[in-house]
Amino acid sequence: MNGFDTRRFHAMLTKEARQIIRDPSTILIAFVLPLVLLFLFGYGVNLDTSRTRIGIAQRDHSEAAASLVGAFQSSRWFDVRATGDVPVLGRDLTSGHIRGIIVIPDGFGRDVAKGGGAIQVITDGSTPNTASFVSGYAEGVRANWVAARKAERGQAHGAPTIQTVPRYWFNPQLASRYFLVPGAIAIVMTMIGTLLTALVIAREWERGTMEAILATPIGMIEFMATKVIPYFVLALGSMVICSLIAVFVFGLPFRGSPLALLLIVSAFLMPALGQGLLISAATKNQFVASQIALLTGFLPGLMLSGFLYEISSMPKWVQWVTYAIPARYLIPPLETVFVAGDNWTLFLPNIAAMLCFGVFFFILAFRANPRRIA
Amino acid sequence: MIGVRLLAMIRKELLAVLRDTRARITLIVPPLLQLILFSSAATLEVKNVDIGVYNRSSGAASSEFISQLAGSPNVRRIIKIDSPDAARQAIDNQKVIAVVMFDGQFDRDFAVGQTSDVDVILDGRRSNAAQIVTRYLDRIAASSGAALHMSSPDHGEQSITVNWFNPNLDYIWFVMPSLLVTICGMSALSVTVQSVARERELGTFDQLMVSPLGLHEILIGKMAPPLLIGLLNATLYLIVIPLFYGVPFLGSILLFYPAVVLYLLALIGVGMVVSAKVKTQQQAFLGMFMLMVPMTLLSGFASPVDNMPGWLQTIAEINPQKHFLIISEGLFLKAMPLVDVLANSWPLVLIAAVTLTAATLQFRSHVE
Repeated sequence: MNGFDTRRFHAMLTKEARQIIRDPSTILIAFVLPLVLLFLFGYGVNLDTSRTRIGIAQRDHSEAAASLVGAFQSSRWFDVRATGDVPVLGRDLTSGHIRGIIVIPDGFGRDVAKGGGAIQVITDGSTPNTASFVSGYAEGVRANWVAARKAERGQAHGAPTIQTVPRYWFNPQLASRYFLVPGAIAIVMTMIGTLLTALVIAREWERGTMEAILATPIGMIEFMATKVIPYFVLALGSMVICSLIAVFVFGLPFRGSPLALLLIVSAFLMPALGQGLLISAATKNQFVASQIALLTGFLPGLMLSGFLYEISSMPKWVQWVTYAIPARYLIPPLETVFVAGDNWTLFLPNIAAMLCFGVFFFILAFRANPRRIA
Repeated sequence: MIGVRLLAMIRKELLAVLRDTRARITLIVPPLLQLILFSSAATLEVKNVDIGVYNRSSGAASSEFISQLAGSPNVRRIIKIDSPDAARQAIDNQKVIAVVMFDGQFDRDFAVGQTSDVDVILDGRRSNAAQIVTRYLDRIAASSGAALHMSSPDHGEQSITVNWFNPNLDYIWFVMPSLLVTICGMSALSVTVQSVARERELGTFDQLMVSPLGLHEILIGKMAPPLLIGLLNATLYLIVIPLFYGVPFLGSILLFYPAVVLYLLALIGVGMVVSAKVKTQQQAFLGMFMLMVPMTLLSGFASPVDNMPGWLQTIAEINPQKHFLIISEGLFLKAMPLVDVLANSWPLVLIAAVTLTAATLQFRSHVE
């Protein structure tokens, strides 16, 4: 009764494939959503800060103070929007119109003449990144201004110093796109593998068409395979489109081989699809399935996979949680195959880990699917 | 009479959402879990990194640099590397994020009073982390140079920084008020979209339409559950965030609640427009997702709105999350006054008015 039958298998596969092709929402998620995500990560998420709006409170009116204000106004890092007193500028800081205040204190000109000359920088700590950017670059503007004045007067600076000469391999321009776009591809694969699969199969449970299929002589493994294979193909198709966009629209290099990319993504789709099947079998309800898929698939893929936030910086217990997220093993090889090239010492352990998760989820899904109607 | 009917409708809607135990749990537990997990994951600091050292020099300057590097709180391990090939492999396989290389000239240069260069190779695949590591290394270079001269590293006095609203620049102070915005929004939007779509899929929506209930009563009934669930989640976070995470809430609660209601209404409006278009729960979910992801990414949480290209900043203006994020951060950390809250609230009112009107018109045309 449960024997494998090639004709039946083909028939079921055709049925599932047709079902996908005829459902406009599948096309939406497999082809439109990836485009939206790639464009958002390519253009919208930008960690490379541009010019920051600041205010200047100039309390000293010496030549030196005016010259420093000029240095801030001509800096390419800052956009001086307002000048005035600290209480007035403070209101702009609260409303978010400016992100920092440079205070040039009383007696600044006198201090500079004596070789000192500190300024105060007030930042908006509610956006910590911008705040540390403002304080760092404000100090840079001031230090350059001091150095330029000393140079004008022919004063050499003293002791020898140590200087770092950084070279960034694979990404010399330090474009954040180089890791955001592969990250977006990982998210898309999670979406198709887990979210879409969970949703579609939960719908069949909800509508009762699943029971109709279970009443046929089809075997469980055969049944699961016919459910999974069409989504696997769909995800690979989407991956090809995403990769083409990454390379031709966002200018990412593709230094690895297509075969490596195919293997890496296929390995990731195993746990992703297995998870989708498991969620649908365990919940049998579209709303609950969608929430669980979001919570266990999409959000960890975004936050815990190491593509936005460094895993090593997380607290120990969160680092342990990341080991249970299949996307964690996808991000390093995916980034590598695009920007660095084939590196099988890095690929193989990650591929093996993803396949293990895949087997695990499929076994769970197999056990969660009832073999007969209750 | 109308009041009784409306109340019955609201009661029916609440029952429809909350009747299922699992649905009830998914509305409260996952948002809390997300708050706990993601608050600790979202950090832009770089800690516990492994750094390779390839030292072909041997002298006071290089050993001072290495010992300061080993003592840095951001560095977990120093890995000795003995050839350029090993350096390449360590980076390629992501064993280390950076390799610091001292050439044979390094200590000699320093001894004769020249500027000595340390070559650093960094993993550009993780360009953001690599840049932060460069900043740490610069600081170590300056301070080890200074330690060897027993002098201060800079020319003249440095500027003094005061961080308002968040003195220690705790990243979690920024993350928590943002997560409140994202998570409350997500649950409100999904409840709105799903509840209409579910009835449509089951066919009971048409039954509602032919009942004596007016369209406005049906719509208000549909708006009640997401509004109440959103408010419940917001209240939960308002208690949990200051209590367990030490993030202060300095603003007025009397400003917070009206702002939350406006935010939720704007999102519910957006959700209604989507649910008027879709026929199945699956389409509803996908529609919600297609909205939620761009909204979150363009809200200023993932990266500042100021960094986006101009045309995207314009699009971000119609994003309810962008406006409420400013209010939420402002009320938690900045004790934002009424004027500023109003300045960021009226776009929410506008979005709610436009979307709710559009949804009503769409549903009306369905009836006719």
